[in-house]
Amino acid sequence: MKIISSKKIIDTISELCVEANTLLKKDILNILKDAYKKEKNLRSKNILKAIIDNANFAKKEKLAICQDTGMPVVFLQIGQDIKIDGDLKKAINKGIELGYKKGSLRNSIINDPILRKPPSKYTPCVIHFDVVKGNNLKITVLPKGFGCENKTQMEMFNPTTDIREIKKFIIDVIKNAGPDACPPFVVGIGIGGTQDYASFLAKKALLRPINKRNKLSHIARLEKELFSKINKLNIGPMGLGGKESTLAVNIETYPTHIAGLPVVVNISCHAMRAATKIL
Amino acid sequence: MKKLSLPLTKGKIKNLKIGDELLLSGIIYTARDKAHQHLVTLIKNHKKLPIDLKNQIIYYCGPTAKPKNKIIGSCGPTTSSRMDKFTPILLKKGLSGIIGKGNRSKEVVDAIKKYKAIYFLTYAGCGALLTRYIKKAKVLAFSGLGPEAILKLEVKDFPVIIGIDSLGKNIYKSLKVPAYRQAGKSLKV
Repeated sequence: MKIISSKKIIDTISELCVEANTLLKKDILNILKDAYKKEKNLRSKNILKAIIDNANFAKKEKLAICQDTGMPVVFLQIGQDIKIDGDLKKAINKGIELGYKKGSLRNSIINDPILRKPPSKYTPCVIHFDVVKGNNLKITVLPKGFGCENKTQMEMFNPTTDIREIKKFIIDVIKNAGPDACPPFVVGIGIGGTQDYASFLAKKALLRPINKRNKLSHIARLEKELFSKINKLNIGPMGLGGKESTLAVNIETYPTHIAGLPVVVNISCHAMRAATKIL
Repeated sequence: MKKLSLPLTKGKIKNLKIGDELLLSGIIYTARDKAHQHLVTLIKNHKKLPIDLKNQIIYYCGPTAKPKNKIIGSCGPTTSSRMDKFTPILLKKGLSGIIGKGNRSKEVVDAIKKYKAIYFLTYAGCGALLTRYIKKAKVLAFSGLGPEAILKLEVKDFPVIIGIDSLGKNIYKSLKVPAYRQAGKSLKV
């Protein structure tokens, strides 16, 4: 049986926090460069250039891509044949704390959502555990900024709802997010399951590589249709108009109940940050 | 690109129009949600403010921690609409400019027009790049708020786009972009 020490987990999470926050993912950077080439509106083109320059400068200077270094969301895929030595949750949060300190990242986590005393430590993060076959531990850190997180919406649709209504809902969420959520967006959509599971799927959808469409052909078609419709909204970079309002629309689905049809839309700003390592 | 030196007196504001791109040099102050709440509480209780707001600029920003050997950490704008309910009160106190991202409520647009102020946008999600325009930074007030403390920043050629001008013209309305939902109403003092 493979044994993974909590020390190894602390170190890995710490590295992933710094990497995710300072090194923009290659697929995102490449699609931003494509967007820059395609954009005809001069001001929007300049803004896209600033976004690309920002990513390069952050990498060079080891600075956070965005001052909102997010609430860290950690996805863990635990192979059922491994043994973790020590307290796993403690190790994850310790790793977050170390990484955020080391990377001079922002301490944005307040301990009580109602009392709202100023942040004193960098934790806790949000953790999604999944158990899979095998003997690997896959760790992903997604620092989620709240400019875009605040624009999340959910709708529990009637099961006989026309698909056009669902599309309209999704597009309205994007319109509503407008310039506040730092377009061009990566749009994560969760459809099915229960309300909590649809929310999880929407978040997970953000992690999918940007040019990969859903395996189900009717969902892939829906992704493409929404992508093209959102890019016709003329939101553009900083909400100041232009062709580039979204970089990708990713939908994840799951079986659901005969009486329901949950839909959650979660948005990421253009700085869709994440880093992954397999132990 | 046009350069503008601060403080932002009313005479300088008059000629600025939506869509204009400018480079600001001089002193600006950071303040976001909690600092706004504190400032407005002080105003309500007729207490002295830690800064005289007359002809000053507030930048909606909570930077990351200062890395060693750097002036400031990543320091881009945060969403302005969350400050909507506080803004008219600060404008009444003499604040002449704001830097942020995104649209404002009708109350804020009306107050900007009434007090002949101005609303600037800066590059959203470009906090690393914007550090290049900050020459000095120090905590000025509410240090207990951590990233939400008020910082005094000295900026040089800080890039902005005019979002709402002193006539109350709004860049987002001029663009035929979707109608964005307006944030909550302003607080009454």
